[in-house]
Amino acid sequence: MFINNDVTKATANDVTKATAMLERHVVQPNDAGHPIILSTEDLHVFYGKKEALFEGDLQFGSNQITALIGPSGSGKSTYLRSLNRMNDRIATVTGKIMYRGVDINQPAIDVYEMRRRVGMVFQRPNPFAKSIYDNIAFALRLRGTTDKHELDEIVETSLKQAALWDQVKDDLNKSALALSGGQAQRLCIARAIAVKPDILLLDEPASALDPVSTSQLEDTLLDLKQHYTIIIVTHNMQQAARISEYTAFFNQGRVLEYDTTSQIFTNPQVQVTSDYVSGNFG
Amino acid sequence: MDTKKQNKLAIGALYGIAGLVVLILLALLGYILASGLPQLSWHFLTAPAKAFLKGGGVGVQLFNSFYLLILAMAISFPIALGAAIYLYEYARDNWVTTTIRTAIEILSSLPSVVVGLFGFLFFVVKLRLGFSILSGAFALTFFNLPLLTRSIEDSLRTIDLEQREGGLALGLSRWETVTRVILPAAVPSILTGVILSAGRVFGEAAALIYTAGQSAPALNFADWNPFNISSPLNPMRPAETLAVHIWKINSEGIMPDAKAISSGSSAVLIIAILLFNFAARYVGKRLYKRLTSA
Repeated sequence: MFINNDVTKATANDVTKATAMLERHVVQPNDAGHPIILSTEDLHVFYGKKEALFEGDLQFGSNQITALIGPSGSGKSTYLRSLNRMNDRIATVTGKIMYRGVDINQPAIDVYEMRRRVGMVFQRPNPFAKSIYDNIAFALRLRGTTDKHELDEIVETSLKQAALWDQVKDDLNKSALALSGGQAQRLCIARAIAVKPDILLLDEPASALDPVSTSQLEDTLLDLKQHYTIIIVTHNMQQAARISEYTAFFNQGRVLEYDTTSQIFTNPQVQVTSDYVSGNFG
Repeated sequence: MDTKKQNKLAIGALYGIAGLVVLILLALLGYILASGLPQLSWHFLTAPAKAFLKGGGVGVQLFNSFYLLILAMAISFPIALGAAIYLYEYARDNWVTTTIRTAIEILSSLPSVVVGLFGFLFFVVKLRLGFSILSGAFALTFFNLPLLTRSIEDSLRTIDLEQREGGLALGLSRWETVTRVILPAAVPSILTGVILSAGRVFGEAAALIYTAGQSAPALNFADWNPFNISSPLNPMRPAETLAVHIWKINSEGIMPDAKAISSGSSAVLIIAILLFNFAARYVGKRLYKRLTSA
């Protein structure tokens, strides 16, 4: 057992050294039509003493879809969850997260207000044990929107934007737990956009869905990008290629390559990226 | 022996054990109901007990049992709910919470007669509450709190972590997430825990003998002023409950029909607990439907 441990450690160290020596290739988006809305500077994430993310320096242009790809344990989900501070009680996050010129990674920030601007959808659909209507409306009610007509309208718009309205408009008072996986995930998107965020973070939102639901979800995301900036973690490289403008490749807690999606998939500059997108590992 | 046979044998043994348990339960229930039901009458359920003569009832004891149950639950439920929410939703795993959990575990395995004697020394003697419903309710709270806290914490644990993250991601505070998302979803499971502990409290005798006392002074059911000594609501009066009554007439009952009263009381106790269970389950379902529109 001890011998085994030593071997694992040695290998991990070697790989870390190797990665550190590897060349990185980062091209931040500079599209004039899409001003930078969110960026991170020197972001490090620690679980206890273990460092899970070494340096995250990425910029995100507004109304674009950015895909975060990389093998399991590469730190992409850790990075994503740090962006709206979902890691607050779990990990230590150092560095700056600049949202519209404000560093939201500081204690003085009202984290609840911030999360309403930077919404999140999770890997497993997590509708609340409430009616479809209340899943969307109740967070709004808590923040003082009590007018019935206004709520009705927001529920309808959100469900339409999430491409779920036609399927559930007659069942708004039924339990959300009865929805199929794909519908439930779109309800979660509707719920997230109902509070009118700027940015939507999606953590492998299609990994629990069947191919048909996945492709519907991708269409929905492409529509949503007119209104929101989308950052999506995905294991599915075709998905990243289909929907995103920019792609960041994570490996062993580092961003090894960041560029336009077409560059990453057709002309990767770093060997590890090239191996990963061509399916040689991961 | 081949795998198939082994499997059959194991299943057979499990069926046998399960069947035995059900049989024992049915036999007990059947015996208690068969010997108790014939004693039941409106008079038996409402009349006060008699110390030396035939024909006493259990009306006062029955009322006392319910009153004590409600008081004990009213005190222990909010505390247990708060403790469970703190332990599961807020506290981090460190030596403080480990100590609290260990303390809860030890408290929950405390023999109820020890809780009763503690209640006697502390509430009855030290705090000068005397043999009273209040002393009894406090003792029952001590008796009930650990298990109730534990069961509510377990109920919270059954709700997915993703539900909490979903709430937080919408910009809800931790408190809003717990009260608006987690608790409504946990209602049926919490209620089951409450029912189970209510049954335990309702049937508890040892913790009450030295705290709520063994006498049931006649009550004036027309007087609902809690400050009058003969009022049923007065929390400072001694109050023998049904379970204590059963214990008492079996150990020192000198009325000629002690056996019949004991059988009748046992049947009443069991029926009351059954009714309470069914009612609470029904209410729980309705409540869950209203809260979750399931």
